Amino acid sequence: MESWTTFYAVSFYVATLILTMGVGYKIVQYAKTPAPLKIPTTPAPLTTGGVVIRMLLEVILFKSLFRSNKWIWLFAMLFHGALWVVLLRHLRYFIAPEWVIFPIWELVELIQPFGKYGSFIMLFGLLGLLARRLFVERMRYISSASDYLMLILLLVIGVSGVLMSFVTRTDIVQFKAFMLSVMCFQWQNFELPAYQMPTDSMLLVHLAAVILLMIVFPFSKLLHAPGVFFSPGRNQVDNPREKRHVAPWAIKQFETPQA
Amino acid sequence: MAKAKFETPAFRPYPVVPVIKQGVMKDSRSFVSKPGMQESLGYPGELVDNWQEVAINKLGELLTKYRSLRVYLDTCVKCGSCTDKCHYFIGTNDPKNMPVGRQDLLRQVYRRYFTLAGKLFPKLVGAKDLTRDMLDDWYNYFHQCSQCRRCSVYCPYGIDTAEISMAAREILDAVGYGQKYCNEIIEKVFKIGNNLGLPGPAIRNTLEGLEEDIKDETGVDVRLPLDEEGAEILFVPPSADFFVEPHVDGLIGYGKVFHQAGISWTMSSHASEAGNFGMFIGSYENMRRVSMRIREAALDLKVKRIVFGECGHAWRVAYAFLNTLAGPFDFLDQRYPIPQHICEFTYDLIQKGALKLDKSANDHRRITYHDSCNVARATRMGNKPGGQFVIPREVIKACCNHFYEMPYDTIYDETYCCAGGGGLLTDELMEVRVKGALPRMEALKQVTDDHQVTHMATICAICKSQFTKVVPYYGFDMDQIISVHQLVGDAIILEPNDRG
Ligand code: HEM
Ligand code: SF4
Ligand code: SF4
Repeated sequence: MESWTTFYAVSFYVATLILTMGVGYKIVQYAKTPAPLKIPTTPAPLTTGGVVIRMLLEVILFKSLFRSNKWIWLFAMLFHGALWVVLLRHLRYFIAPEWVIFPIWELVELIQPFGKYGSFIMLFGLLGLLARRLFVERMRYISSASDYLMLILLLVIGVSGVLMSFVTRTDIVQFKAFMLSVMCFQWQNFELPAYQMPTDSMLLVHLAAVILLMIVFPFSKLLHAPGVFFSPGRNQVDNPREKRHVAPWAIKQFETPQA
Repeated sequence: MAKAKFETPAFRPYPVVPVIKQGVMKDSRSFVSKPGMQESLGYPGELVDNWQEVAINKLGELLTKYRSLRVYLDTCVKCGSCTDKCHYFIGTNDPKNMPVGRQDLLRQVYRRYFTLAGKLFPKLVGAKDLTRDMLDDWYNYFHQCSQCRRCSVYCPYGIDTAEISMAAREILDAVGYGQKYCNEIIEKVFKIGNNLGLPGPAIRNTLEGLEEDIKDETGVDVRLPLDEEGAEILFVPPSADFFVEPHVDGLIGYGKVFHQAGISWTMSSHASEAGNFGMFIGSYENMRRVSMRIREAALDLKVKRIVFGECGHAWRVAYAFLNTLAGPFDFLDQRYPIPQHICEFTYDLIQKGALKLDKSANDHRRITYHDSCNVARATRMGNKPGGQFVIPREVIKACCNHFYEMPYDTIYDETYCCAGGGGLLTDELMEVRVKGALPRMEALKQVTDDHQVTHMATICAICKSQFTKVVPYYGFDMDQIISVHQLVGDAIILEPNDRG
């Protein structure tokens, strides 16, 4: 078996494991940690339905960020918006048409050109964020090496991806055969050249960066993606007078008669 | 006005990008607590020898008790959205007064001791050891945060620096490095019943004096009852209302409102304080102990309702936490909100037409309204979100003809804190307080220039005390600060009532 193929296949398994276990662990940890007091930033919704709407406005439209700073908002929207489109486009490499029900595959095909050019928007957003970090004094002060490196890592992913799409070209059919074999644990396929990992340098760089991103995800500020859903300031219903809210540890400590 | 040892910041004529001046507020330190006070709150008397270990353990414990702390320490992406939102940063330019700069003091240590990345690559992710310098930075900068939550409005994840400050202060208390101002006050509440340390007889004297004043002025017997068992309402004012201007005129206003409402009410010498400094030091336990006094008073006096006076942080603890800490209040009349804010109470009466108000009594005043930070961003009034903005304004507008808003980005949930909240209302922090008031003072200046405003009304004891002290630094007069219920009290047309 070809050694690049082995290396990338193994790395994919390791990275996937770290990403899912790591993020899963964090989600369980957040969910299990009690919020002992009602602390929504008010005015806050009075019903759960209202909280869902508030959360959607935050997660999809970055509402608070919009109120705060139009420049960060613009770059953040361009980057994240394009990121989702690009990610959806990538589904093409991870699913076979016969796996999914109508019209999923058709939608994935429909989105291809948007994803292809969306990558430029994503890069533009990332460069905007990097420029702010480099040139605004306050941003420089709060940034550590990891904050720059995260942007650089995403830029590497984006630039190598764009180069593959528009300049160097890679054997997508062969890559997809490799990927599906990895996903279906069909390791015997790797004996055949048509199922091995293509070895052009852009693809190697692109995937190495993606694997690195998956590995650092649960240990880095990328935890903002699951974290935002657990922010008590945003996800609590404003009803402390109507409904008594007490954490289990507070009941145990203060409201259980001591023997 | 005492001669200041620092320069009052100049008004900024147009919006400017704030610059950074590292370390300028490093030495602005409040006094450290004394052993006796520490101990009566359940903390070590002075800095323990193994403070580092105790602090890390305490942080670990808090991480399992408060989801806010855990999630907020993890999720910050350093987007910079909050960096120019804190009044203390705007007024001082010290980057550790940027909300994220302040959080990072704790986050760096969290990363070092509680995250894999920080344990393995501290330099890379900005993780730092808990050194004595760091501990001192915690002490200084977490006592330069008024826990006003303005930063949390603008953070895409709602990260609330107030939560971080509270946790940090609790850790500081746990290692025996508490702040004198807060802990002395909490001790007074435990020993005497209120923040100012006014014993029952002194309160009774004051109230009797005030009753006479009202009688002299209006000819009507308006009662200010204390410890009267069987009253319908327990009323809990901030203790400053018994004592200092302009608060006292607010108290007279409450008395007149209750008089006109014809509802029996009483204050309590046991729960003679609405404020709850337990929140400032992030201590669930102490906050609960202070809150329980209100429950006890309500039970002892056999009241059916609880109403709170004008006080911002107090209303937060009352509105958002009282039911949690001292509930359930199933012995009270469930037809009314538990607890209720005096503005809600007065507003209801106005809605029902039960108060006769002569707006022209306030014609010599041109009024603006300062939204107190904790009322605005941590509570509600009435039954709609945002009632905390509408109801006080409706009360004011029912009492006067000339009302003007300050610039829209300084009111409602974007309001700037008075800069004296959260345990900073102490003389040794005067520099922080004056500088932090800059954005509010600019807004006041603007509405003064545009509309010749003469008075700024507010519903918080801390705001009132802070503003009367700092407005002179900016060329205003301390008499320009006024209680909302003073406006009500001046406009109300009194009639003798049968209990009168
Ligand atoms: C629920 C999903 C997500 C939400 C709501 C969200 C939201 C945000 C927001 C509001 C910001 C701050 C603005 C900015 O600096 O761009 C941000 C920053 C960031 N996000 Fe996300 N995000 C999500 C998912 C992701 C994912 C999946 C990734 C990466 C693979 C990602 C990568 C980043 C990075 C790197 C930054 C920091 C940008 C900088 O350094 O300035 N986000 N995110
Ligand atoms: S809570 Fe208020 S005082 Fe504290 S950092 Fe945020 S804006 Fe500043
Ligand atoms: S706004 Fe929130 S995420 Fe952005 S730097 Fe401030 S605390 Fe961090």
